[in-house]
Amino acid sequence: MAELVLPKNSKVQTGRHWPAPQGADKAKVRTFRIYRYDPETGLNPRWDTYDVDTSQCGPMVLDALIYIKNVIDPTLAFRRSCREGVCGSCAMNIGGRNTLACTHGHAETPGKAVQISPLPHMPVVRDLIPDLTVFYAQYASIEPWLHTSTATPDTEWLQTPKDREKLDGLYECILCACCSTSCPSYWWNGDKYLGPAALLHAYRWLIDSRDQATGERLDGVEDPFKLYRCHTIMNCAQVCPKGLNPAKAIAEIKKMMVERAL
Amino acid sequence: MARSPEARVKAQGSAKHGASHFIAERVTSIALVPLSLWAVYAVIALAPLPYEGVVAWLQSPLNIVFSTLFIAIAFYHMGIGMKVVIEDYIHKPSSLVLLLLLNTLAWGLGAVVAIVCILKVAFTGAVA
Ligand code: SF4
Repeated sequence: MAELVLPKNSKVQTGRHWPAPQGADKAKVRTFRIYRYDPETGLNPRWDTYDVDTSQCGPMVLDALIYIKNVIDPTLAFRRSCREGVCGSCAMNIGGRNTLACTHGHAETPGKAVQISPLPHMPVVRDLIPDLTVFYAQYASIEPWLHTSTATPDTEWLQTPKDREKLDGLYECILCACCSTSCPSYWWNGDKYLGPAALLHAYRWLIDSRDQATGERLDGVEDPFKLYRCHTIMNCAQVCPKGLNPAKAIAEIKKMMVERAL
Repeated sequence: MARSPEARVKAQGSAKHGASHFIAERVTSIALVPLSLWAVYAVIALAPLPYEGVVAWLQSPLNIVFSTLFIAIAFYHMGIGMKVVIEDYIHKPSSLVLLLLLNTLAWGLGAVVAIVCILKVAFTGAVA
């Protein structure tokens, strides 16, 4: 069966509370409820709460996380790099929604506490760090590079501006995994279903006018699980922090499948 | 050593089918729009009729064609839909195979029984 409840050793317990320092402006204090897990301790995961004086840090959730790590609790682990929505490293579940910590303001998060957990339904390496190796392997499996069989031209492989435009809304993907890990179908069958991100990239190469392997690419994803586990739930399009629409890309692949079968 | 994630993802290859299932889902849905409307009409038309009236109604060629088509397509549509639901949620290979077989049996048998009943009434008339 699909796993609907957490196994015993994954049940999240109540953890430590870190109160705001004395003299902090009460109006500026915001509580952050953060998922903590360290496999080396053998203990269950826990929710730690941090009362952060937000006048001391920047406006984004990532600013608050960095503040917590620098000032309150150096053991907190999370990925981050560019801090401007380009690298995709700080994808996590904030206030029940997958997004990038660096582009999501903590003031925008509803509720009393800002609740932060790792991307859903992925193995957790530690705290807010999910294991994305399968996700990357799925991306690699669609062979995300130009396939050609004719002789390489002396200059670039040319493309008309119109054909180039077809890649808009696709090439911007930063592989943050917000979409795939928000998809129930990916939760239940993530080992066989490629997921929205890999399929968005599959489509990006399928419609590239310079690519000469469209048929092989279609063959590669025509599979009841790889492609057709998409049930147009649309969570992917809802959460994509870059405003892309993987569901539409998947629908376009399905359309190409029908067109070649008729 | 456990296989690498790359090896696991690649090991599955592609089943190279799925489009036909997708097309079948769409085509049967479209066919079911007029057929369901017809089924609703049939229920309303049949409700006030006495037994002999229903038998006579089922013996009209148009009604034979539409009722068998409705049964066949509705059961088939239900079966291929249920198949996807089972594949989504059931992962233990033995349960998966068992449930898929039961599903095929259920819709196949259901459709055959219903169609045989319709044809029996249509061609042999009322039970004396
Ligand atoms: S499509 Fe959007 S949500 Fe999905 S991996 Fe790419 S950038 Fe992230």
